[in-house]
Amino acid sequence: MTTSKLAERIDAAKAEGRAALIAYLPVGYPDVDTSIDAMVAAVEAGADAIEIGVPYSDPGIDGPVIQEAVDVAVRAGVGIPDVLRAVRAVADAGAVPVVMTYWNPIERYGVERFATDLDAAGGAGLITPDLIPEEAGEWIAASERAGLDRVFLVAPSSTDARLRSTTAASRGFVYVASTMGVTGARATVSDAAQRLVARTREARPDIALCVGLGVSNGDQAAEIAAYADGVIVGSAYVREMLEGRGADGVRALTEDLARGVRSAGVRA
Amino acid sequence: MGVGRVPTLDGMTTTSPPQTGELPLPARPGWPDATGHFGIFGGRFVPEALIAALDDLTEAYEAMRVDPVFLEEFARLQRDYTGRPSPVTEVPKFAEHCGGARVLLKREDLNHTGSHKINNVLGQALLTKRIGKTRVIAETGAGQHGVATATAAALMGLSCTVYMGEEDTRRQALNVARMRLLGAEVIPVTTGSRTLKDAINEAFRDWVTNVDTTNYVFGTVAGPHPFPAMVRDFQRVIGDEARGQVLEREGRLPDAVLACVGGGSNAIGIFTAFVPDDGVRLIGLEAGGDGVDTGRHAATITGGTPGVLHGARSYLLQDHNGQTIESHSISAGLDYPGVGPEHSYLNDIGRAEYRPITDAEAMEAFALLCRTEGIIPAIESAHALAGAMKLGRELGPDAMLLVNLSGRGDKDVETASRWFGLGDREEVDPGPGLDTDQQPTEGAVSNDEAVAGPDAGEQA
Repeated sequence: MTTSKLAERIDAAKAEGRAALIAYLPVGYPDVDTSIDAMVAAVEAGADAIEIGVPYSDPGIDGPVIQEAVDVAVRAGVGIPDVLRAVRAVADAGAVPVVMTYWNPIERYGVERFATDLDAAGGAGLITPDLIPEEAGEWIAASERAGLDRVFLVAPSSTDARLRSTTAASRGFVYVASTMGVTGARATVSDAAQRLVARTREARPDIALCVGLGVSNGDQAAEIAAYADGVIVGSAYVREMLEGRGADGVRALTEDLARGVRSAGVRA
Repeated sequence: MGVGRVPTLDGMTTTSPPQTGELPLPARPGWPDATGHFGIFGGRFVPEALIAALDDLTEAYEAMRVDPVFLEEFARLQRDYTGRPSPVTEVPKFAEHCGGARVLLKREDLNHTGSHKINNVLGQALLTKRIGKTRVIAETGAGQHGVATATAAALMGLSCTVYMGEEDTRRQALNVARMRLLGAEVIPVTTGSRTLKDAINEAFRDWVTNVDTTNYVFGTVAGPHPFPAMVRDFQRVIGDEARGQVLEREGRLPDAVLACVGGGSNAIGIFTAFVPDDGVRLIGLEAGGDGVDTGRHAATITGGTPGVLHGARSYLLQDHNGQTIESHSISAGLDYPGVGPEHSYLNDIGRAEYRPITDAEAMEAFALLCRTEGIIPAIESAHALAGAMKLGRELGPDAMLLVNLSGRGDKDVETASRWFGLGDREEVDPGPGLDTDQQPTEGAVSNDEAVAGPDAGEQA
């Protein structure tokens, strides 16, 4: 079986004594080319992985910032072929591309076909915010065959039994949702995140844990980097795009966050 | 299963535990499975953050549904508050337009709040109290489920927030006012297509954020497990009653049972008791809008494909990228691009049939029932009436059709006036019965003199 691209990269960051930085950007806002340029800018400025968002008409776990951006992309008809182009661009730029998608676009495209095409484009795997392992039989089989990563989410409300079953089904890393709620920048990342990381690590010690939801600046990233293996930033990136700062804004934000994940106090 | 017998209280197949004997539970269908799957449909496609709440809800519901204390309370509310059992009314003059077939209406329009929606919300409100939560949220399209939820919340002392697409708040302004009178907060949803599907997205976002205090009172037999099975259980009283009423009166079962299908709760409600009766055709009427071939419709099973939306796999209207397509219907309550997973399953196993009814066909049936029988139906229910007009002509005068009149049409009077009053829907030109030169009744307050409610007393 092939090794996990995501695990490899997060391990490499750990070897440097820091947490990994994962930047989310949706494909197609304000248009496909500009969104890909922004992803490449994030890679050049120090992001280890890019969480490449598939636009979806009913993004149930996303707050208003991400909704506003993906709505534009949905209306423009952005689809999987555009996403695969972004995957290739991010891989060429030297970061690990991981696709973040609600489940229906993948089911529509065909799960097997998507796994094959994602692998061919150099993608690491999928983050699936509305797919739990119990419903993921077809994706688990396809990702095993193609050697792709499966990033499922855990939440503060997850029971210990679910932490065990969900982490057991995961490959690459586990997405630790820091808070009960939707995506969006928050002034503080709740201490529920640290407790959840500890509980999840107990459930499965040998997989990387990356924290997302609410992280927007270098100081918050530093705080999380002290106890997690990676920091995921989404809405703050999308805000740069919505406010028209484009690749330059993305670069500046990434530099701030990259300092954060490298700051002192990072766990051994 | 107990098939073909008059369902006397002591003679039914029952899954209830030993109890008083007054309230036996009817047999449930053999689906969904323990994890909420109806064949390939149903399931749970939701963020992990909601799984614990759904598990808790499932567990609490399974305990409640066989608890004699709950059953007694639920039966009391249905009888004394809703006004159940609702009658069955034969409509012979309307039936003349149905090929002479006999047509019986199950009168859910006579329930308190004016539709079948109250059946479900009373059950879910009792469940909310049982699990110790103090706030309910709901989505609503036409406003019927929102009104019903606001009503149950007022009755049981729960705080209530209703999400409604901004577009729908305009189409159904009367129901917005009703919800606010009942003490509910109504939040117009401005994301996406600003209709029911977006209201559901917003309600899920609220729920995932406030799940510690809040229960989501889902309005139809869609969404993640346990909602499709739970809402079915609360709505099946429609068919359980109707089956007994028709048998008692006619000595036989109807040839077909018809109901409109948006999400599908009134249809599942009336179908469930008849599912074991192989000789009874079950026919769901979907909103055909301008016609399925125009692409402007909400006929999900007729014109859609299987996919995942709002927490479950079912038929849905989607494009080649898997994006939900906006639906179109004159009826806000049917204007939904998804459908409950049990309907998808009943369709695929061939137990139920689904047919589209266009806006024009529904409005023709709407007007006919008004004029021939003195009953103003909800436009949603008019789709089922139009289905009876077609099916009656196919089956002829020996047929007996049972139609679920799921709601009353008071909320639709403005839409209907616009539809019938206009040669062209853009131009306001009063139709027959309305006179442009009509003078106000002497002493009446004309529009420009009307005084807003709160100030009315000062001028009187």
